[in-house]
Formats: sequence, structure tokens, C-alpha cells
Amino acid sequence: MFPFSFEWVWDAGHVVFMGGLWYALGIIGLGMTYCIIKAVIDTSKGNGGHHH
Amino acid sequence: MDSALIPKGVKRCSLGLFTLGIAVAGAVLLWGVYAMLLCWIKGLNQTNMNDYYGFALWIWADLAVIALGGGAFFTGFLRYVIGKDELKNIINYAVIIGFICYSSALLILAIDVGQPLRSWFIFWHANVHSMLTEVAFCLSCYFAVLTIEFIPLILENRQVDKVPFFHNLSHNMHEVMAIFAATGAFLSFFHQGSLGGVAGVLYGRPFGSREGLLVWPWTFFLFTWSAAACGPCFTILVTWITEKITKKKLVKDNVIRLLAKISGWMLATYIIAKIIDTWYWATVTAPSMGFTLMDFYSNNAFYGIWILVLEIFICGIIPALILITKTGRNNSKLLMTAVILAVIGVCINRWVMVLQVMAMPVLTFENWVLYIPSWQEVATTILPVAYGVIVLALAYRYLPVFPQEKELNPID
Amino acid sequence: MKKEHTHENAKKFGMVIDLDKCTGCGACMVACMAENNVPFKKDESEKLDSITWIRVYKLTNGKSFPDTEICYLPKPCMHCSGIGEHGHSPCVSVCPATATDYDHTTGIVSQIYTRCFGCRYCMAACPYHARYFNWWDPVWPEGMEKSLNPDVSPRMRGVVEKCSFCFHRYQAAMDKAYTEGRRELEEDEYQTACTQACPAGAITFGDLNNPDHKVHELKKSPNAFRLLERLKTNPKVYYLSSRDWVRKAGDNYLEAENKVKKK
Repeated sequence: MFPFSFEWVWDAGHVVFMGGLWYALGIIGLGMTYCIIKAVIDTSKGNGGHHH
Repeated sequence: MDSALIPKGVKRCSLGLFTLGIAVAGAVLLWGVYAMLLCWIKGLNQTNMNDYYGFALWIWADLAVIALGGGAFFTGFLRYVIGKDELKNIINYAVIIGFICYSSALLILAIDVGQPLRSWFIFWHANVHSMLTEVAFCLSCYFAVLTIEFIPLILENRQVDKVPFFHNLSHNMHEVMAIFAATGAFLSFFHQGSLGGVAGVLYGRPFGSREGLLVWPWTFFLFTWSAAACGPCFTILVTWITEKITKKKLVKDNVIRLLAKISGWMLATYIIAKIIDTWYWATVTAPSMGFTLMDFYSNNAFYGIWILVLEIFICGIIPALILITKTGRNNSKLLMTAVILAVIGVCINRWVMVLQVMAMPVLTFENWVLYIPSWQEVATTILPVAYGVIVLALAYRYLPVFPQEKELNPID
Repeated sequence: MKKEHTHENAKKFGMVIDLDKCTGCGACMVACMAENNVPFKKDESEKLDSITWIRVYKLTNGKSFPDTEICYLPKPCMHCSGIGEHGHSPCVSVCPATATDYDHTTGIVSQIYTRCFGCRYCMAACPYHARYFNWWDPVWPEGMEKSLNPDVSPRMRGVVEKCSFCFHRYQAAMDKAYTEGRRELEEDEYQTACTQACPAGAITFGDLNNPDHKVHELKKSPNAFRLLERLKTNPKVYYLSSRDWVRKAGDNYLEAENKVKKK
């Protein structure tokens, strides 16, 4: 999973496969971080609650 | 008593009746949990698996629930990426069903492995050439996506929504949902496929082995395709069952019919591909290994040729024909028949690709081995069903799952 | 493992089993059980979940008396080198956790018990049923644990195990050779337990690549065959039989092919 685990080899298989994995994890992680940070900002601005 | 939690403008049964229903499902759940604990504490000797049936009921259940849970990714793909807007009326339910299916699959896998505490080795010491590694990675990532798709709905509960932070979070998650859904579709393509690859790459097992494209055997594509075709059928089926239990119309017919039409065309094209695959396998792949088609089916009635006829003709061609014709879709009895057949068909396909692969001897001096699961295996396989019923019931009662419910069931 | 092998001195350990000599006595199985600390059940009558790294099969030609013939066939792990001999054995390529590995320096397929988490995908992949799962924790009869082989780690419940070609013997022999300043082994320095136990001398073990080893010549015999060669698994266990039906039992043939073969 990581380049420092001993069975890691820098070959096409690892780069493509792990690249895909970290890409997906990155999108999921960044997406959620964005949502949470934006929600914190929105809330601090006083938005939200039951106004609609 | 719990009316403050129930969405506004809809009617729910009394808390007493609801609790009774949950208690019944809960009892089944506890039975399953007991069997699960037996397997974890005493080991897999609690099962009837053996060295010939290393993969058995559980792996079938895994493959089947993931195929059926495919409704979530494909409906999400159609709704958010292709832009079929009507599907917003069923996407919530599809996501919940998907969430249940995938969490069940992960649970079953956790029971199925001999050393569950080492499960993380599959990530840490990953062998990138193994289909199972691909399955594990995409499955867990996609489960995260499903959770992300489910969270906004939970946050829309009347009381939770009153908290400004949760309200904002839910709103923001909806805004970027297309990105999550696209990622989910990408991950699903690979894990549905790699589940197909699990049997396809077994070049020592002529029943499962297939040629393919690059590193992916044909079963890779067939599994993704069939999950996209039959997953939405399962969503339709569960929606229909929910409507029967609640005695309410929850989703408008045009939404169901649109999903059924897309499903039908996916199923029709899939079944053509499946027939070509079967034909090529029977006439080229298998003979090159010294087998005829009937060698795979003729030993015993349990694994007879009927299973191929049932899978391809009765549970493939027939539902596809019903679903692609307008008359078929508009007749609710025909529609439901087709949907049920398609669901059975994909389950049979997964069954065959796991158990028949194991049952068939390859060495000339070995015999067919039949297998009957132990009660512990059965109980742990029913466990997810009970769990699913409970989650669906809770979600239906307390969350605004069906946007059209108010309109279809006005309260005076 | 990082691959440090060079192809010039790579070994390919393998076996040639002469089925004309095998009497089916089972000494190989017993020797293997003792050598490798193979666990056993109280009641061993159910063979589908019992562990025997090498198992003797009884084959018949399917004819009725007086034409009945039988043949005993001991079957260890085939240590397949896979399609194209690249080391992608059916089992090695599917293991998700890299718990089974193809050693390019010896050609031996290893099983790392502490790495295996028991998914059993390798068992599903192996057409020879050479892999066994530990359905139970090993329990030795009172006092027997004192006679276990200290060079072989016993396996815990929930992992897969299989024949290792007595790899610990190879390690011990190599250690000895290194201390004596050698890098190569003599043929008799590394032999498996089953080979040595066979009273009929039916099993020959050695480096298939080494012209000085007996297996090198034996495998070229016109009577030699391997199990399921058509699947391209490339096993390193060869069998010898002077009987046509036995050789044919090694693989699956279509009816039409059988007719051609009989001519």
C-alpha cells in the first residue's frame, strides 16, 4: 500500500493500481474536507437552521 | 411518542406496531449475531466448508448482495452524471439499499476469512495482481462513498436538520454529490468487475476461466454489466415491497418505468454478451482444456444444464424482453415478474460462478463434491437481511426518503 | 520479496515420481506429517477437511474384472511456475496479501503462515487441491508436542498451508554449505522427507535445471507426464508410468482426442 512496505516495487502494476486507489481516496477526502470546512464557515456566518 | 422525529406531512404507523416489527427482525438478527460470534470464537470449523469448497455460501452471498447493491452506483451514475433528473425520486432509496448491501458484504467477508484480525494485510501487503485486492480496495472506498451519499439524508431528519452545522453540511454535500457519485461509479466499475475477475482469472479452473482484454477476463465486464442491469431491478423490487408493506404509493410510475427501461436495455445487451461468452467458452475455451460443455453440467442434477437455461433464458432473455417493451413495463404484474426474474438471474449467475467452479473436479481421478451449508452459515447469511430490514424501516420512518410521498399520499 | 535472482544459477527444484514403483504404502504421507508438524484430527475419516501435504490417490482404469488395473499416485504441491514459467502460479497470482510467493532462486512456492489471513482464494485457484486450510487449531496428543520438528513452525487456525518441498531442509543445507565456503549443494544434501521415506524408491527429488541431478534425465523419459499440463500451470512434479491409461489420467481429453491417441 505504501512505498515503504517491503513488497513494494516501482512497476506499472503498482503505479496504476495504487495511483487509482490514492486518486479515489484523495477525491473522497478532499470532497469531505471541503464540505465540512464550508459548513463550519457557513454556520459561523449565521446561515442554516430552519429558514426554508 | 416519536412524532417529533417523523418527517412533516407524512403518516407513519404507531410506535408500538413499529417496535413489534423491529423486534421480530431483531430476533432474527440476534440469531445471526450468535452464529457470527460462534464463527469468530470457535473458528470456521463451524461451517460446512472444506478444502474443496474454500469458497461457498458466504462468497456467493457477497457477490450477490454487491450485484444487487449495484442499483446505487448505476442509479447515481444516471442521476448525477448522465442527468436523468426524475431519478432523484428513487435515488435516496437506492443509496440506502446499496449502503445495506455493501456493509453486509464487508461483514460477511469479515466472518469468512480465517484470521479476521489480519484483514488489514490485504491493504498493507497488497498484491496488485490479485483480483481480490482490487475488490477489497474498491469495495471499501465505494462503501465510504455510499456512506457519504447516505449522510445528507440522515442529516435531513427533522430534528437533526435544526442544527445549523448539520443543515449546512447536508446542503454542501448535496452540492458536490455529483463528484462523489462519479467517483463511486468509477470504483464500482472496478470492484463489480474484479468480482467477476475472481473466477475468470482462475486458469486452473476450467469452469470459471475466461480469456479477456489485457489483465481483465471477460467475466470482469460481464459482472459490471449485469450489476448495472440487475441492481436497479432490485431497487425497484425493494421499493415495491416497501409500498406493499406501507400500503402506500411512494414513487410515481414514470420514475419506476424509466429505471426499468434503462435496466431492460442493459439486461438485453448483457444477455447477448453473456450468450456470446458462454458460446465461446463452450466451443473454444473449454475444449482447449479438454472439456466439453456437458462435462460441466452432467454429473448430478444439482449442477445440471437446467441451471444454465434458467440463468440465461428464463431469468435473462424473458425479463429483458419484458422490460424493453412498453407494454411489458406498463403492466405492473409483468414488470414485477421481470424484475424478480432479473434479480434471481443475477443471483444464479453469482452462485454458478462461485459454487459450480468449486464443485467441478479438474483432476480426472477426483469427483464432484456437493456441499450443504451449516446452520451457522445460513444464519450469518440471513443476518444481513434482518439488518437490512431494520435499517430500511428506520430510514423510512424517520427520514424524508421518498420526495414524492407527500404528493402521492396527501394527509387531510 | 525483492528479486535478486540471476537466471544463470537459478534452481528449479522438482520431483519425479515413478508410479510403476509406487505401492501406495503411504510412508511418504507419514514422513511428511512428522517432518512438517502437520496437524491431524481425532477422527481422520472425513478427508475433505484433513491436512496431508502429500496425499496418495488410488486410480483405476475403470474396467471390470479381470481387466481391472489400479495405480497409486502420490500428490504433493506441484510448485507450478505458471503460464510462461514466469512464476505466476495459479495460487501466487491470486493471493491478495502476498502471503504465498514464488521463489525464483529455487522455484519453490512458499506459504507465509503469519501473513495469510485465510481468504482461501489460493485454494479456489489450485486445480490440484494441494492447499489445505486449518479449520481447527492444532492439538497434539499429550507428550507429542515434545517430538515436533523444531525447524518447522506449526500453523494456527484460519490459515492455509501446503507442501513446501521441505524448504527448511534447503535452508539448513545452505547454511551448512555457506559455513564451509560453498555456494552450491550436492544432490543428496537437500532431499525431501517423502523422497527419503519411500521404501520403493519411487520418488526422486532434485534440481530439474541441473544435468548432474537424476531428475534432469528422468523427466525426459517418454513415460513422463505432469498433471493437467493443458492448463499451462507448468508443474514441477513429474510422473512416470509405462501404462498408457495412467498417463492419460493425468489430463482431460475430449472424446475425439482419445480416439486419435489410441491409434
